[in-house]
Amino acid sequence: MNIQINPAPVRKSVTVKAKPERAFDIFTAGMTTWWLPDHHIGQVPLKEIVAEPRPGGRWYEVGEDGSICEWGKVLVWDRPNRVVFAWQLNAAWKYDPDFVTELEVRFVPEAAGTRVELEHRNLDRYGADAAEIRRMIDSEGGWPTALVAFAAAANA
Amino acid sequence: MANQYRALAALGDNTRRGIFEKLRAGPQPVSELARGLPVSRPAVSQHLKVLKDAGLVADRVEGTRRVYQIDPRGLGAIRAWLDQFWTASLENYRAAVESDSRENDE
Repeated sequence: MNIQINPAPVRKSVTVKAKPERAFDIFTAGMTTWWLPDHHIGQVPLKEIVAEPRPGGRWYEVGEDGSICEWGKVLVWDRPNRVVFAWQLNAAWKYDPDFVTELEVRFVPEAAGTRVELEHRNLDRYGADAAEIRRMIDSEGGWPTALVAFAAAANA
Repeated sequence: MANQYRALAALGDNTRRGIFEKLRAGPQPVSELARGLPVSRPAVSQHLKVLKDAGLVADRVEGTRRVYQIDPRGLGAIRAWLDQFWTASLENYRAAVESDSRENDE
């Protein structure tokens, strides 16, 4: 039996006290400064995250030893209004050239600064990773454990 | 936006967490799931509805009974994971933008 579940995109927004140009630059060129440092795919500690500033540009991480791991690519580069990435890390946090979800970020000027709107979509495409997802769910320290810890923190 | 924490909230409840854990053993009907849990069968059904709405479990009808299983594609889990990932990341991002005020009034 085919059971369809199509989750809605993840949508987030945050308002920052900066002009759109600066907000855009820190999100893109300055990604290393705010990325959660333990969320990367290389075998060695993360040194830098690079998003090449053009459509079709590569998006990758550089390890402390200079090794490069692809994350995806830049689909739209419209400074300071909008950037769209192809997020090509699958459910196992491995780069897969055939796997594409879209991450769109819009920078909207406001009186107090810039509202940054993020949307991570096409999450149904993770469906192909069913076996891997189940393996992670079933493993010790899998997602549910992390989720429960987070929920506990959020509800505290 | 209103449902963004639904999957997280679903697993934050101890009883629902217990039901979800039991489903790891494989698909089971409500009667089976309710066995050994300190809550009534209707309460288990209600918890299952919450888990289903969060995309964490799926159900199907087998004869006269309804059988539940962990969503075989794990999409509820990954969506919830990405949700908390981007929440934390954007908070880091905001802090990075505002920690350096040199150009804030550019």
